[in-house]
Amino acid sequence: MFGDYSLGELTSIFVMQGFAGLILFSVFLLMALGLAIIFGQMGVINMAHGEFMILGAYVTWMCSTFFHSYLPALVPIYFFIAMILAFLASGALGVAVEWLMIRRLYKRPLDTLLATWGLSLILQQFYRSVFGPREVGVELPQWMLGSLPVTDVIEIQINGLFVMALTTIITIAVAVMMYRSRWGMQVRAVVQNRVMAGAVGINTEKVDRYTFGIGCGIAGIAGSAFTMIGSTGPTAGQLYIVDTFLVVVFGGAASLAGTIASAFTISQAQSIMEFFLSGSIAKVLTLLAVVGILMLRPQGLFVLKVRR
Amino acid sequence: MVIRSKSADDTAFMKPLEVVSILIVAALILVVLPATLDAFRLNLVGKYLTYAFVALGLVLCWGFGGILSLGQGIFFGLGGYCMAMYLKLEASSVENTKIQSTPGIPDFMDWNQLTELPFFWLPFKSLTLTLILIIAVPTLFAFFIGAAMFKRRVGGVYFAIITQAIAAILTILIVGRQGYTGGINGITDLRTLQGWDIRTDSAKQILYFVNGGLLIACILLAQYVKRSKLGRVLVAMRDKEDRVRFSGYSVANFKIFAFCLAAAFAAIGGAMFTLQVGFMSPSFVGIVPSIEMVIYTAVGGRLSLFGAVYGTLLVNVAKTAFSESFPELWLFGLGALFIAVVMVFPNGLAGIYHSYVAPLVARLTRRRPAETEQPLQGAPAE
Repeated sequence: MFGDYSLGELTSIFVMQGFAGLILFSVFLLMALGLAIIFGQMGVINMAHGEFMILGAYVTWMCSTFFHSYLPALVPIYFFIAMILAFLASGALGVAVEWLMIRRLYKRPLDTLLATWGLSLILQQFYRSVFGPREVGVELPQWMLGSLPVTDVIEIQINGLFVMALTTIITIAVAVMMYRSRWGMQVRAVVQNRVMAGAVGINTEKVDRYTFGIGCGIAGIAGSAFTMIGSTGPTAGQLYIVDTFLVVVFGGAASLAGTIASAFTISQAQSIMEFFLSGSIAKVLTLLAVVGILMLRPQGLFVLKVRR
Repeated sequence: MVIRSKSADDTAFMKPLEVVSILIVAALILVVLPATLDAFRLNLVGKYLTYAFVALGLVLCWGFGGILSLGQGIFFGLGGYCMAMYLKLEASSVENTKIQSTPGIPDFMDWNQLTELPFFWLPFKSLTLTLILIIAVPTLFAFFIGAAMFKRRVGGVYFAIITQAIAAILTILIVGRQGYTGGINGITDLRTLQGWDIRTDSAKQILYFVNGGLLIACILLAQYVKRSKLGRVLVAMRDKEDRVRFSGYSVANFKIFAFCLAAAFAAIGGAMFTLQVGFMSPSFVGIVPSIEMVIYTAVGGRLSLFGAVYGTLLVNVAKTAFSESFPELWLFGLGALFIAVVMVFPNGLAGIYHSYVAPLVARLTRRRPAETEQPLQGAPAE
């Protein structure tokens, strides 16, 4: 299948597809980060994660519309405000959901799956009723449009670069939060031994609530970033949820490095195969490979060494 | 607490209450519904009942075995597609398809420039082989998945996510390979079974009764499994897997068996679905229908074989009624149903019966509650 292309063309293809894969990687990673916190640390299967993301996307869209009509002077920086609002909206919804629903289900992980699936149906219909069934897209500020020419054939889109930068920043923030801050220590303590953590004075309920909230908030940011490269509809979240779960499970649920590695592997494999095969077959092959590897290594690529 | 020695009641195939329950289900499906509904509605109920096969299988593997499969649509679809492929080949005889560039192959293949039948369609020229394959293909597939997963002790959440991924893979494959599978439209325009027109009202009525009969046979089979030693091992495994393993049982093999049986049930449902509805499409295979099938089981009660049938009927009737008049409310309703079932009554309708109605009946009939069937306590943790 490589025969029809010259070496130079092949290089360009790999660079372009690799770059497209990097954008996909950023999106996967942003979605998976929130899920890695919620599923990996708390053991809650949040099937509504995609809908939290869509909430972030809709918040960004509303901001875009608002700034374009009322504050055109601030349009170049509206995106940063939108992202903060998206984080707050999704995070607040997450805290509310944890308080109303999830906290009663910690001992029944499979039931969290069903309950959050119900939540995702409700949210989807809510979006459809409020924003309409059509897909919406945001207007990007001028500086995000266009692309940087690297060579004659290779061009790199600025919005893609922006998404990647954003992903890097948020990943570092999450890593610092989980492994360097007092807060992250409390989260990990609660996950390892809830009773003991409670006994040494950690307010486990509060830790749970905010962990879930932050996970959902990150999903909101992911949705916000998402609007830069695609449009948003009420059911868009459902398209990504299986991929995201596979990314998290493939990497080893509780490991941040694993999540990054698996998001990278899956997105690159899919993106490069997509060029040579049809999109659906590339997707099938990627998923099959992931499922196959998971059957060999059920705990994922990176497993934390814990005594059980 | 009443400690009872192992009595005849425990080992009997059915307790008196269960005999009554199955008679009620049988009477409802085979007598009451056909007597009260017109042909169109009866066909609709027949379609719902094909999902009850899936729900029944889920009671076995989820309720008793503790393995939640989010991919039952796979097996429903495989069974349905096997049936549909046979019917499609019968509908695309050479004289029916003489306007095509290649007569004698299904129309969608002709549209996709295929000139001969793909090899995996060939066995479906024979009805006997088709009937065997309807059960064999999904069961073997389930065996392969189950063996790969349970032998390596993948369970609970991971199993659920992987089955979901497999459902996604299968849907993408079916949609993507349009020439071989009919793509997103599925296999449509099915007409006859061995020359017998399945589209007429009388044929639909007969198919309804065949479907109902098969469903009751499956309930009885599931009841047999539940009462047998196998069923007890399954429940023991769900509650304390390690202990069962240390007692010398091969936990994986029991799980594989339950999963395969659930797959076979789902496949029968799928085949009957194709016969009664007249087409099969990938929209019954993927993640969303698979999860909906789980909710039928959850609503009826994941521990009750009869509950599965009632749950399926109830959710589907509600869905039809709501989505006819308030399509927007339906998704809110369905979502709320998911949440309510999980949070308020984890054992579904059957759970409500066991914890409220049965004690009341017992008090009214002045029997001690201990003598009636014990409520099945607590949902399986994983």
